[in-house]
Amino acid sequence: MAGANERTIDCNKASLAGSVSQRACVFCGSRVVLYPIVDALHIIHGPIGCAAYTWDIRGSLSSGPELHRLSYCTDLQERDVIFGGEPKLYKSIIELIDLHKPKAAFIYTTCIVGVIGDDVEQICRTVEKEKGIPIIPVQAPGFQGSKKDGYKVACEAIFTLVGTKSKPFTPAKSINILGDFNLAGELWILLEYYKKMGVHVNATITGDGRVDDICNAHNAALNVVQCSGSMNYLAKMMKDEYNIPSMRVSYFGIEDMSDALYDVARFFKDDDMMAKARELVKEEFARLMPELTWYKERLTGKKAAIYVGGAFKAISLVKALRLIGVESVIVGSQTGTTEDYELIKQLCDEGTIIVDDSNPVELSHFVKEKKADIFIGGVKERPIAHKIGLGFCDHNHERKEPLAGYEGMINFAKEIYATAMSPVWKFTKG
Amino acid sequence: MLSNKTYTSTRNSCKLCAPLGASLVFKGIEGCVPLIHGSQGCATYIRRYMISHYKEPVDIASSNFSEESTVFGGSKNFITGIENIIKQYKPKVIGIASTCLSETIGEDIPGHIRHYKESHETDGTLIPTFINASTPSYCGSHADGFHNTVLATVKTLAKNNTATDAITILPGLVTPADIRYLKELMADFGLKLILFPDFSETLDNEYTSEYQLIPTGGTPISEIERMGDTKAVIEFGSMFNKGTQRMKDAGNTQTAGEWLETTHYVPNNQMPMPIGIEASDRLMETLKKLSGSEIPEKHRKERGRLVDSYVDAHKYVFGKKALIYGEEDFASALADWLREIGVEPLWIKGADFETLKEKAVDFKPDFVMGNSKGYYIARERKIPLIRIGFPIHDRFGASRINQIGYRGTQQLFDMVVNALIEYKQENSPIGYKYI
Repeated sequence: MAGANERTIDCNKASLAGSVSQRACVFCGSRVVLYPIVDALHIIHGPIGCAAYTWDIRGSLSSGPELHRLSYCTDLQERDVIFGGEPKLYKSIIELIDLHKPKAAFIYTTCIVGVIGDDVEQICRTVEKEKGIPIIPVQAPGFQGSKKDGYKVACEAIFTLVGTKSKPFTPAKSINILGDFNLAGELWILLEYYKKMGVHVNATITGDGRVDDICNAHNAALNVVQCSGSMNYLAKMMKDEYNIPSMRVSYFGIEDMSDALYDVARFFKDDDMMAKARELVKEEFARLMPELTWYKERLTGKKAAIYVGGAFKAISLVKALRLIGVESVIVGSQTGTTEDYELIKQLCDEGTIIVDDSNPVELSHFVKEKKADIFIGGVKERPIAHKIGLGFCDHNHERKEPLAGYEGMINFAKEIYATAMSPVWKFTKG
Repeated sequence: MLSNKTYTSTRNSCKLCAPLGASLVFKGIEGCVPLIHGSQGCATYIRRYMISHYKEPVDIASSNFSEESTVFGGSKNFITGIENIIKQYKPKVIGIASTCLSETIGEDIPGHIRHYKESHETDGTLIPTFINASTPSYCGSHADGFHNTVLATVKTLAKNNTATDAITILPGLVTPADIRYLKELMADFGLKLILFPDFSETLDNEYTSEYQLIPTGGTPISEIERMGDTKAVIEFGSMFNKGTQRMKDAGNTQTAGEWLETTHYVPNNQMPMPIGIEASDRLMETLKKLSGSEIPEKHRKERGRLVDSYVDAHKYVFGKKALIYGEEDFASALADWLREIGVEPLWIKGADFETLKEKAVDFKPDFVMGNSKGYYIARERKIPLIRIGFPIHDRFGASRINQIGYRGTQQLFDMVVNALIEYKQENSPIGYKYI
């Protein structure tokens, strides 16, 4: 499963039965990706758990409607399981559309619907005709794969909207931002940068996402893709269907953030845009460096373990940590590909442990072995880190401080500092 | 405006699903690893939900259903799952909760268990105790899952062997602080106690420095086995697992206490969760009878101080209105307590949060009391939310809130009084320092 010198990592296999995996299911993957579309209804067809556990989960902010923060569920009962849940679903969708007048509705199917065989697609078609808005079935029975498969399902759902409407005018130098979910308002930071460069942002998928923008996404000149694990598939479909090229970027850390801006300017072959990008980077760099140097002086020698959802994020984190003097001794993700792990291997020092789809037992073992000081992961890893006396930085979707962009780099440094240098560790040692 | 419309869908659910309740109970058994027989998401979601409340590691294994297991049955995944758990955790107990998926495709979990045991009978494998709870998400809520799992565990393990003078307490979904309180109370009465499920340590552990594969604590199996011989059972609640009857049970659902009484002839003392003076008096009376001794001075004084504080602060709470929600056994006890101090509660059985929000328009509550998920209602109405129960995802210390007995009631009473005073103070144009 892991090791510094292994040739490749077998990362696409399903988690072993009986393991306490940090991974989740198809439903979870589709839900987290579609969740930030703020002017659509999200209705879960299934028993209550799937809806309750995904109510208002992400810190995805909206500049307008907040329909995404409501959790709707057909709450299937034993009777419905026996006799079918179709009438309940139909009534639910109609009532909620009348209540909220949304731009579209996503109807998620769960494990049980996959088994009892409700014809969700048919109901969606019927309601679509009746109400005149897109009603999109999201076929997400949990057992049909992992979270990564759910990303694909979400991409397919989004793709059904793309190209269905054109706005009267979309500027030539426009991009779609794919794979930023506007956690803690991160998208707004990026929009500001692109605006300064003279780049028009067409659709944001899915952070602060709007149905009409997504419908018009086919009119952009370029897809700029972050969190490639979740959005590459959409970018690929848009390339095949609408011939829109895409590029992979990361907004974490100074290096990757700057590259993201330069790459866009380079794509448009626009000197003025490039000059503005350079100006922006220069300004931000001058503002940031003294502060970051201050942190680096104090953090040098600290060791970090990284275990996050996507591998691309892990790569950015390694670089960002290096900038403030922190060495990454363990790097892992839930959903990385073989190529991702190759890249990590090249980037990291000899001896860095690289893991895919790990579990608490394995992670805590590695952490001890490598004497890490800080753990960077999601909410499920936090108590484990704390229990074994490790600092913790939440780099998952519940964060409340933006970590993207230049501003985010400072927040990141602050957070690492706050957890690495706290005086409380004196009570956990010895 | 919408207060009389009802909706087909559940909008911002108050309840959670049954396997979560089952997992909580399994975490209260010593040496137990819970296994959820279903898709991987179930275990991951439930872990995340519990971790955010308890701020403790919560390991729950999953049998990771795939398309193949859904079509051809989950026995292969189940067996592999069990083998892996044993290899990694060496547990004394594996607690298995079914899900909507495994129930619907008709998984024969007892058969799988039998099959596993048979195939390992002679090869020297250390076979753990298996407990199997049927907890499909389409029946009832996490509270039903909780009580059904308590029943399943007791049914699996309780025997008649040797008489013991211990008392069984089945407290239901209370906090780790409540469990610690009950242990102290029973010791003060000089009574031996078997309490189940005991997650006071497994879900509220000290700093360990080592990662404990299975956290220490929990009710030992040997104690659950002796429940059939205990002198009496005390169980807190009025609804238990009878909220939603399973079709197959056809109205014959029993609680664990009722089962112990009918099967092992252990007298069952069912009483509401002891929140408030009257409800706590009832518990104390029972303990007096069972122990043959008076209420220990420490607890008598706690009652006295509680009465004293009721008197001192009565005007600040009288006539106020509270919107409350939570598991039925908890919310109904809370409602009774609020009436005891002169607060008018609004509790709507089975309502979701959006319905509560709409009802609040006419009811005009002065405060909201319940888990953290009702925060948005309180925020919108600009009134205080007093966080108690499960889950509390936006604060620390949920495990340390004592909610039962004179001591717990004191804590709740102070919380309510101070929240109301703070509200008044914050909204006053004068920054007064005395009240």
